[in-house]
Amino acid sequence: MTALLEVAGVSKRFGGVQAVRGLNLAVHDGEILGLIGPNGAGKSTVFNLINGVYPPDRGRIAFKGEDITGKPPYRIARHGIARAHQIVQPLANMTVLENCTVGACFGRANLPLARAQDAVREAAEIVGLADRLDQPAGQLTTAGKKRLELARALSARPELLLLDEVLAGLNPTEIERMIAVIRRIRDRGIAILIIEHVMRAIMRLSDRIVVLNLGGKLAEGTPRSVANNPEVIAAYLGAPEPAGQSADVSK
Amino acid sequence: MIGLIASLIHGVLVGAVYGLAAMGLTLIWGVMNVINLTHGAMIVLGMFALYFLASALGLPPYGAVPVTIVIGFVVGVVVYWTAVHRVIGRGHLMSLLSTFAINMVLIGLGTALFSTSPYNVPVALPGITWREYTFTGAHVVAAALALLIAGLLYFLLHRTRIGKAIRAVADNREAAELNGIPTTQVLSFAFGLGAALAAVSGTLIATLFPFNVLSGGAYELKSFVVTVLGAMGNPAGALMGGVALGLIEGAATSFMPVSWTPVIEFALFVAVLILFPRGVFAFTRS
Amino acid sequence: MTVQELSPSVAEVAAQQPAEHRRAPLWRRPFMWLIVLVGLAFALLPAWSDNVQLRESLSLAAVYITLASSLNIMLGCGYVNFGNIVFFGLGGYICVYLVSERLWPLAAAALAAGVAVSLLALIFGMGILRLRGAFFALATIGVNEAVKAFVSNFEPWGGATGIYLSLDVYDPLGGPSQALWNVYFLIVAVMTASLFLSYAIKSSKFGLGLLAIGENEDAAAVLGVHTPRYKALAYSASALLPAIVGGLFFFKSGIIEPAGAFDLTGSIEAIVMVMLGGLGTVTGAALGAFLYEELRGVLLTTEAFSHFQLVIAGVLLLAIVLFAPGGLMGFIYRRWPRMRRLLE
Repeated sequence: MTALLEVAGVSKRFGGVQAVRGLNLAVHDGEILGLIGPNGAGKSTVFNLINGVYPPDRGRIAFKGEDITGKPPYRIARHGIARAHQIVQPLANMTVLENCTVGACFGRANLPLARAQDAVREAAEIVGLADRLDQPAGQLTTAGKKRLELARALSARPELLLLDEVLAGLNPTEIERMIAVIRRIRDRGIAILIIEHVMRAIMRLSDRIVVLNLGGKLAEGTPRSVANNPEVIAAYLGAPEPAGQSADVSK
Repeated sequence: MIGLIASLIHGVLVGAVYGLAAMGLTLIWGVMNVINLTHGAMIVLGMFALYFLASALGLPPYGAVPVTIVIGFVVGVVVYWTAVHRVIGRGHLMSLLSTFAINMVLIGLGTALFSTSPYNVPVALPGITWREYTFTGAHVVAAALALLIAGLLYFLLHRTRIGKAIRAVADNREAAELNGIPTTQVLSFAFGLGAALAAVSGTLIATLFPFNVLSGGAYELKSFVVTVLGAMGNPAGALMGGVALGLIEGAATSFMPVSWTPVIEFALFVAVLILFPRGVFAFTRS
Repeated sequence: MTVQELSPSVAEVAAQQPAEHRRAPLWRRPFMWLIVLVGLAFALLPAWSDNVQLRESLSLAAVYITLASSLNIMLGCGYVNFGNIVFFGLGGYICVYLVSERLWPLAAAALAAGVAVSLLALIFGMGILRLRGAFFALATIGVNEAVKAFVSNFEPWGGATGIYLSLDVYDPLGGPSQALWNVYFLIVAVMTASLFLSYAIKSSKFGLGLLAIGENEDAAAVLGVHTPRYKALAYSASALLPAIVGGLFFFKSGIIEPAGAFDLTGSIEAIVMVMLGGLGTVTGAALGAFLYEELRGVLLTTEAFSHFQLVIAGVLLLAIVLFAPGGLMGFIYRRWPRMRRLLE
């Protein structure tokens, strides 16, 4: 069975730095794949390569069997991959509704303007922004803006969602809410590739985890096996969270 | 062939001055992410400053150089506080429009005061003769002064405290602010500096060619082309780009009438930007 | 880059508007009828009173409104076309050439000019729209200067002296004085069309994409907006009607020459008009153009001020950018939020 997303032998170099080297990974239908690794491991670069921000130097990326290597971001969106950014990029002077409408009209759903409302309401419902549709995006709280990233991505009715550190900067309550939202998204059959530093969360959410270090794959497997992998532990020099909590694999 | 070489050498000399002009532009861009559309007006300011200082006050032409630097700096700081300060955070469009508006005002006033008649500041200096070609002393001195000022700029940016502050703000304004650097003053200083460089390059150009109130536009375009050719926000890149442009101009003017030069330069500008987008990326700040 | 940042009041007020409002089909919206009304007013007022002076004044206003509202299309996606006058001048040249040398009827010539210029814009646009921010703005000035230089040396189009229309070109339109009226009505029609076009784009999916590009081009691309194509189409669309109205304008003037056809000052003034009225709004472009043109008319008759045209425009632009970036419409929307429903 071909995976939904296949990244094969992908490399990318920036000037003197080899950001990604010979990476292989696959995301299957309906799964949540966690991508972790120390800072500078190349995680965001991988996202940028998948979603077309820049092309890889080497390697191939395929989505639903079709080669999408090096295609520009707008084509990738049309194929069915949507992204929620680490550094939020709201279209600040447009309302939440308008932001999501852009997603609905130009993403995979490619809806005409008149029919975008339904997709938008649905997405806003899942994410919890349904009550704030008419608010200018620039006026949302940080948590709100993060939700907007998600809602906008969802409005396109993607098949694969790339989540880039969506939990960063959120307090524990907000994190719990976001985890529930992410689960709801997966329940609708959308596959998720998630980068996260909040270990607790990503261990709980992910079906499988890939660990990146220095641009290459260090380990891959279930959260439990990865958490107990001595090389992974060494790469992180112990538990990554300042509070010193070890990865809680029990749901 | 000799004629071509003479043109090329001539081009290199003039190119050094172009490089100086471009430095003012790239400095402001590099530090505060603003494209200074008053650049042309500053160049014209330098040109007229030379005229009045030399003819009205009887200053020797090159004596006007330090005076112009000061005048340019002061005007630059005023422009910063008038038009730039309030629009810095608001996106490129606003700073484009505000600096452009000031440019309109300055050129409009200039036209009203001086009309579009040509002015000239004759500079008599012994030249260097080679075969049947003479490189006027003015050209050589202008190039030498341009290099000297460029060197001073480098010294300022890399060996003084204010230079360090400028580079810090250029790198990351918020971090600089958190480190106790008064970023707004630094920005206004940098803007003044950029204007001063433009003005003094105008002064040097005025020692070489006749000029009028509307001459600024052509040199502003040249500054942009140089900026793009040099593809870096640093003095060395601007200087090299200037010399490169001078060479291209030198080669081109031996084959076609001078009136086509702006068209060539514009085509070059657009072509380089399109073919070498990295030139733009090296410029663009995220 | 946040173009829309200057109309925060517009965004605030949008929040009060029910989302369903947007779904009414175009022809049923009150604003469309407002445009028709304006067009009729322009056409009928001077005709009823047979007032040539009023006609001339409104004619100039209509031309500027066309330029400003077309400029607004590009401005909406965050790209300032400083050299927008090139469409006007080039359209004028093509139309005048076709009428005087090829003996085409006016309407066909003007239409052909519009199509030709917007096709050229599409091609050129694909190149220069890769440039961002100020580089694009400067490139547009460069395009204008390059076209001006080219036309000045192009003998079939009269070179630096330009083309003079002989009086008999006005015969098919009923003779010189009747022709001026007919051309005026055509100009008003084009103006109305430009307001329609501007509004239609703004209310469409295309317009939404342009708005997104103006807010954050990279984010828009990630969301699926085909940014190069959209920008090129907007650029081309913004060229069509200025080209046609340029053809009509210079036909009416009887003469076209490079300096007047590609006058950069006029180009800049179009930008001032849009900013004055309120960037991003259809009413704003029209209002700003009308007001500025009236202001200009008054100033130019005063000897003292005619020298300072550029200075005044510059001061005005600066004041708007610094203190009232939302322009007149921004002010109106803030004071009377309900107007947001009626006007666009």
